[in-house]
Amino acid sequence: MKQYVALIALILAPVAVHAQEGAGALSVPATNAPDDDEGGLSGSVTDDSAWQDLGIAIPAFATNANVSTAANTEGTAALGRELARVITADLRNNGLFRPVGPDSLPRPEYPEITSPKWSNWQARSAEMLVQGYVRANDDGRLTVGCYLYDVKLQNELVREGWVVPPSDWRRAAHKCADLVYSRLSGESPFFDSKIAYIAETGPKDRRIKRLAIMDSDGANHRFITNGQATALTPRYSPDYKQIVYLSYLNGNPSIYIYDIGTGKQRLVARNNNPTFAPRWSPDGKWILYSMAVGGNTDIYRVSVQGGQSERLTDSPGIDVGGSYSPDGSKIVFESDRSGSQQIYVMNADGTNQRRISFFGGRAATPEWSPRGDQIAFTHIVGNFRIAVMTPDGKNVRHLTDSWQDEAPTWAPNGRIVQFFRNARNSGEASLWQVDLTGRNERRLPTPVGASDPAWGPVLP
Amino acid sequence: MKRLVSLAALAAAITVAGCSKKAEPEQLPPPPATVETAAPRPTPTPTGPVPGSNADFMAQMQGRSVIFFDTDKFDIDADDQAALRAQAQWLQRYPAKRATIEGHCDERGTREYNIALGERRANAAKNYLVSLGVDASRINTVSYGKERPVALGSNEAAWAQNRRAATITID
Repeated sequence: MKQYVALIALILAPVAVHAQEGAGALSVPATNAPDDDEGGLSGSVTDDSAWQDLGIAIPAFATNANVSTAANTEGTAALGRELARVITADLRNNGLFRPVGPDSLPRPEYPEITSPKWSNWQARSAEMLVQGYVRANDDGRLTVGCYLYDVKLQNELVREGWVVPPSDWRRAAHKCADLVYSRLSGESPFFDSKIAYIAETGPKDRRIKRLAIMDSDGANHRFITNGQATALTPRYSPDYKQIVYLSYLNGNPSIYIYDIGTGKQRLVARNNNPTFAPRWSPDGKWILYSMAVGGNTDIYRVSVQGGQSERLTDSPGIDVGGSYSPDGSKIVFESDRSGSQQIYVMNADGTNQRRISFFGGRAATPEWSPRGDQIAFTHIVGNFRIAVMTPDGKNVRHLTDSWQDEAPTWAPNGRIVQFFRNARNSGEASLWQVDLTGRNERRLPTPVGASDPAWGPVLP
Repeated sequence: MKRLVSLAALAAAITVAGCSKKAEPEQLPPPPATVETAAPRPTPTPTGPVPGSNADFMAQMQGRSVIFFDTDKFDIDADDQAALRAQAQWLQRYPAKRATIEGHCDERGTREYNIALGERRANAAKNYLVSLGVDASRINTVSYGKERPVALGSNEAAWAQNRRAATITID
């Protein structure tokens, strides 16, 4: 009985935290990310193989009473197993750990969640143990608790709880995976995030390209546009409420802002010139875009509210794309003013433009890491390869080696780069992820062909 | 008779020049349905293309409705000039007709850059037509970047066919 009281106290704690937030809001755990202003991050490429041997047991989450919910009609017991599966997949797919999931582990009882049967897990050579529970609340929402234990030391490393609407049950699992990942790696979380991309179907010469979104693990997939007009290059707004993208809706390439809540969209810059390559500023107040006038492409910025555009580049070459530094003070972009595509940096107002890529070949599609310490780009030397460099254009490292890899986008924590890969001849496009060591590369499953991934920040 | 001979010689010269072009596609791209390259008819019949229609334009151009570019280039060379002269003549014959020039690229460029490059190519073609006296307001440009290839392989021959500016007149 005493055990139960302790558990109830634990459950109540997260509820109390959430009572102050809006209904349906997910808690934002206090950030325990290391201060990443400088220092620690310049040498941010750690050797992940050290983690590979770390056995993490993730048994099915327990429940106080098996109740059917909108999240899982079979009940919270079945949901508890699904939660553990999602956490296991998160931790496994990114190559950092070797988790063992609920399907090959005994299921702890509800009271065990706060006091693990250590001998059980020691016998299985588990070094770490993730336990949790899911409980259906009277108001229809779910409470999910997540606990990380060090089996060898027999102590608790971290715990967190969240109250979510049933439709967001996967977010609770991603939050738990983020908690474990952050605590064990020292890195910032990233699983609880979404990806916008272009879904591609049909033969190479008549390919249909639709705007689509999904969770970071590919779940909750949804098509946004119907494919009648070619859609390209989406980017989530920092608050996830809007997506800016290119559409051929009125014949010429134009940039639209699509509002996810209302399903409506509007033109960003109303004129007769083609506009493309849209980007958000980190504060979500500006849209950076490229516009061709008489065949000459320059980079402009305009307030998200609309109004007059401001031209930032004026070279006779193609100036295109762009990505803000995390503090919004600088923009890295692509220009062929030297005769071939190369990477340049300028101040956010367009001043002080200078080339940073001097390592041979062409360099395109630069994307500033959310941590500020690296710039990912497409390096074209025969084949297209994903590479990273420091913002001074030095320390170039190739992360991939394939026929055509293009358009890197960063995980919110700056540890993983996502990009799209085209197959030779068929042109089939698929999404891939690679970590900063270049060793852990994997394909992200999508229902159809996929290109132009854009990874949003950790969900608010 | 002499005129005919010199005309034939000129035609031969053009053909030779065409063959010696830098990256001339070995064969013409399979035309999209809307850009049918009809076989030239010895005598126009009522069932042939309506004069001044896009079908007529395509039939008259005999492949010269499309010009081709080198990798990452947008300059108009001698062959392109000959093709654009033929286009300009047709457009001047039908001054009420408008045209769209589509700029395209091969797949070996990044997506956004290729949209800019295709726009450059379409504009280069447009500017040349304007220099020949075609009113600029009659010509629209649109870039499809690498999104609409006509040759589907991943080899130099296919890429050469895809680096193009295609003129389509608006019926």
